[in-house]
Amino acid sequence: MIITPATILSLSFAVLLLVVLLALFLRSHQRLLITAGYSLMAVAALLTAGAGVWAVSRGTIAQVILPLGLPDLPVHLRLDHLSGFFLAVIGLLAFFVSVYSVGYVKGFLGHRQVTSLVIFSSLFLAGMFLVVLSDDAFIFLVSWEIMAASSYFLVLFEDERIENRRAALLYLVVAHVGAIAILLSFGVMAGLATDYHGFEGYTFDAMRETDLPAGWATAAFLLAFFGFSAKAGVVPLHVWLPEAHPVAPSNVSALMSGVMLKTAIYGIIRVVFDLIGDFPVWWGALVLIFGLISAVVGMLSAVMQQDLKKLLAYSSVKNIGIILIGIGLSMIFSSSEMVLLAALALIAALYHTLNHAMYKGLLFMGAGAVLHATHERNMENMGGLIRDLPWTAALFLVGCVSISALPPFNGFVSEWLTYQAFLLSPALESPILNLLIPLGAALLALSGALAAAGFVKAFGITFLGHRRGTHHHRVHEVGWAMRAGMLLAAITCLGLGVFPTYLIHWMDPITEQLVGGKIASSAAGFGWMWLTPIAAERASYSAPVAFVGILAVVVVTYLILHTRPGTIHRVPLWDCGFEKITSRMQYTATSFSMPLRRILGFLFSVKEEVKPFPPGAHPAFPERLQYRLRVRDRFWGWLYKPVIDVSFWISRKVGKLQQGRIQVYLIYSFVTIIVLLLFL
Amino acid sequence: MSYAFAAQLNSLLAALILLTAFAMLVQRRMYALLHLFAWQGLFLSISTAVVGFAAQSHHLYISSVLTLAIKVILLPYILHVLIRKLKIHREVETIVNVPTTMLIGIALVIFSYHLTAPIRELSTLMTKSTLAVALATVMLGLLMMITRRHAVTQIIGFLAMENGLFFAATSATYGMPLVVELGVALDILIAAFIFGIFFFHINTTFDSLDVDQMARLKEED
Repeated sequence: MIITPATILSLSFAVLLLVVLLALFLRSHQRLLITAGYSLMAVAALLTAGAGVWAVSRGTIAQVILPLGLPDLPVHLRLDHLSGFFLAVIGLLAFFVSVYSVGYVKGFLGHRQVTSLVIFSSLFLAGMFLVVLSDDAFIFLVSWEIMAASSYFLVLFEDERIENRRAALLYLVVAHVGAIAILLSFGVMAGLATDYHGFEGYTFDAMRETDLPAGWATAAFLLAFFGFSAKAGVVPLHVWLPEAHPVAPSNVSALMSGVMLKTAIYGIIRVVFDLIGDFPVWWGALVLIFGLISAVVGMLSAVMQQDLKKLLAYSSVKNIGIILIGIGLSMIFSSSEMVLLAALALIAALYHTLNHAMYKGLLFMGAGAVLHATHERNMENMGGLIRDLPWTAALFLVGCVSISALPPFNGFVSEWLTYQAFLLSPALESPILNLLIPLGAALLALSGALAAAGFVKAFGITFLGHRRGTHHHRVHEVGWAMRAGMLLAAITCLGLGVFPTYLIHWMDPITEQLVGGKIASSAAGFGWMWLTPIAAERASYSAPVAFVGILAVVVVTYLILHTRPGTIHRVPLWDCGFEKITSRMQYTATSFSMPLRRILGFLFSVKEEVKPFPPGAHPAFPERLQYRLRVRDRFWGWLYKPVIDVSFWISRKVGKLQQGRIQVYLIYSFVTIIVLLLFL
Repeated sequence: MSYAFAAQLNSLLAALILLTAFAMLVQRRMYALLHLFAWQGLFLSISTAVVGFAAQSHHLYISSVLTLAIKVILLPYILHVLIRKLKIHREVETIVNVPTTMLIGIALVIFSYHLTAPIRELSTLMTKSTLAVALATVMLGLLMMITRRHAVTQIIGFLAMENGLFFAATSATYGMPLVVELGVALDILIAAFIFGIFFFHINTTFDSLDVDQMARLKEED
């Protein structure tokens, strides 16, 4: 048998199916189920990632038509460069997370059955793999729904808490509103592909070959963009994200935030560049604007959070924003016929997709490790964990540095490439775009600075200082499996940051397929050490040099401090003469973000009140002060509440039809029949 | 029996079916209503047999026997037992008064003739003139369900509607394939059992089979 990416993929699907069956038979052996189930999932994920990497580098397109599904509408699957890339991203993170889950899920032993978690994790992975492999609208939507439904059950795993049920419901509603929009978008394209005769238009091939009229193309694009944005969590459709991600088990949050959002990015790229293919400049501008809004608003909201996982969830909104910025720029350049720049921007977006999957997965796994060890999500009750969880702290720090876009880690490379795309935009013809795009670069810089602040907060408040919590039970470092999962992700973050030229060389066929340009030759024009996106005189960055330099500085400093005796003194902390320092006298998560709340609080609805405690005490002599703070998204009040109110109003009006009397219902059907008979 | 005579006979039976439908619409006593339903079934059965004879499609004989067994004997018997067990032989109250119901019924018959006019012109079957009656019977059954309060009368209305559909099938196309008819007959039988069980439950829950009581089941806001 000849081994091809396609055979590897079928093997991987078979393994995932096996996990589901295994879970059904091993219900009474939970510990074995976790080890076996997640190990098999790790194998499947690794196989998929391998197939994806191979498919991208081999550069051929494999298509299969399976005689499944509805009669006369067989399932089309296709493995091309783009889907190969996304398979690699999803598979790689799924591999890390599965390794991590072997340890993490054991934390549930004794509390609850994990059978459903294993089954739905496996289905979730299979759904995501299928989404990127789909080559017709039908199987795409089916796998999209498999993905949405299984992740709904994963969010709902700890279903005894009302907030979890509420979050899961919100997620399901937003996911389905999005799915309807996607369905309609495919409907427009499929219908026009055959002029509304026959069903053959449902294949992506048919959609590719159709030249849509401008109006219909716009409708299809807007619907698809709306639908995929709902899944990706683009502001203002992001409200489900900070609700659903924190309440899911952390290995699930890692997958949802790290790769499930990326399937929406895949959808946007697939529809825009591949299926529609020909578009006006303003589409790109629209994507760019929403990307900028998401980047700034998402990160700003993240900084305000006290819940570690909520902070991470909001920062996913920001990163999706950055990816959209790349895609938007690529669309602008592509419709202005500048293929090289379009390729650069698309590479930046894809690179950021890969990077975000890795470090956000790492960070959620880290947050999960903290949760596992302390049973605490609120940062106000953490602090000083670096002493108890040295591994987790170090690996979480790697994630924080990567996401804050500091060299030599991977976040820097992709954000730098995005800036390069911004800075090369003066080549555009349109003066308005030339004016606006630099503003966008400034906003991106703002969101980058906010990200740094947010992750200094995330790391500092969680791991540094003293423990703030009330209960002081001993905290233990997490087990080897969880550490291994995080370590692998951290190493990947470093690798992606140090060897960008290889990655860009690998990704080149994707941009060639989608926008018709490639940048590998210019990007690696000065050897693998130097990354020169367009030309060396414009900009260049050598990741290995930066890495070695930083490493050298760190090593030299360490040696200077630790080799000579007497350079390090350990003395009591200066306490301003107060004598008794308690753990309450340190920065908290709330106080850390106070300056930003003062400056940019108008973007949120901030409610702050200070009350003396006990309630009857004289305000001048309170025993204690009670401080209450509530920061809420304004989008909820602006966008969602009116929709909810209107739908309730309509439901109440329509409810009047429900008289509860059987005769009335019969009259309805009678009148309907008569009217139909009369007019048809 | 000649072809023309069969057609005449079929028209007569159609008229009788329509007549029983109207009689059911105005009949206020439960037992009488049941007997009317049985009569309608009988006419339907004979009509099916006649059509089967005239059109030389012998599977219609089986349909005819089935109709006779189920709609003339079995269903009336089940409903009879039901009525006796539940002690509901008192008069049936209608929502709309009798003359108005009759007028609406007549309007429906005219409407049916109007609707089937184009089919009558195209069709070459001998039963083409009875299609309008079949449609009218369906509508009258529905009308009966709407104008009555009692759950049992609603079921009889529903079964009368089914009679109409069956008649429509025979008159429009000389009957459905036998498999379909067998399935429908079985469905009706099972439906009757389910109705029976439900009536017992409704009766014990509400102490009445007046469907107006069930308006209480509606969600309040």
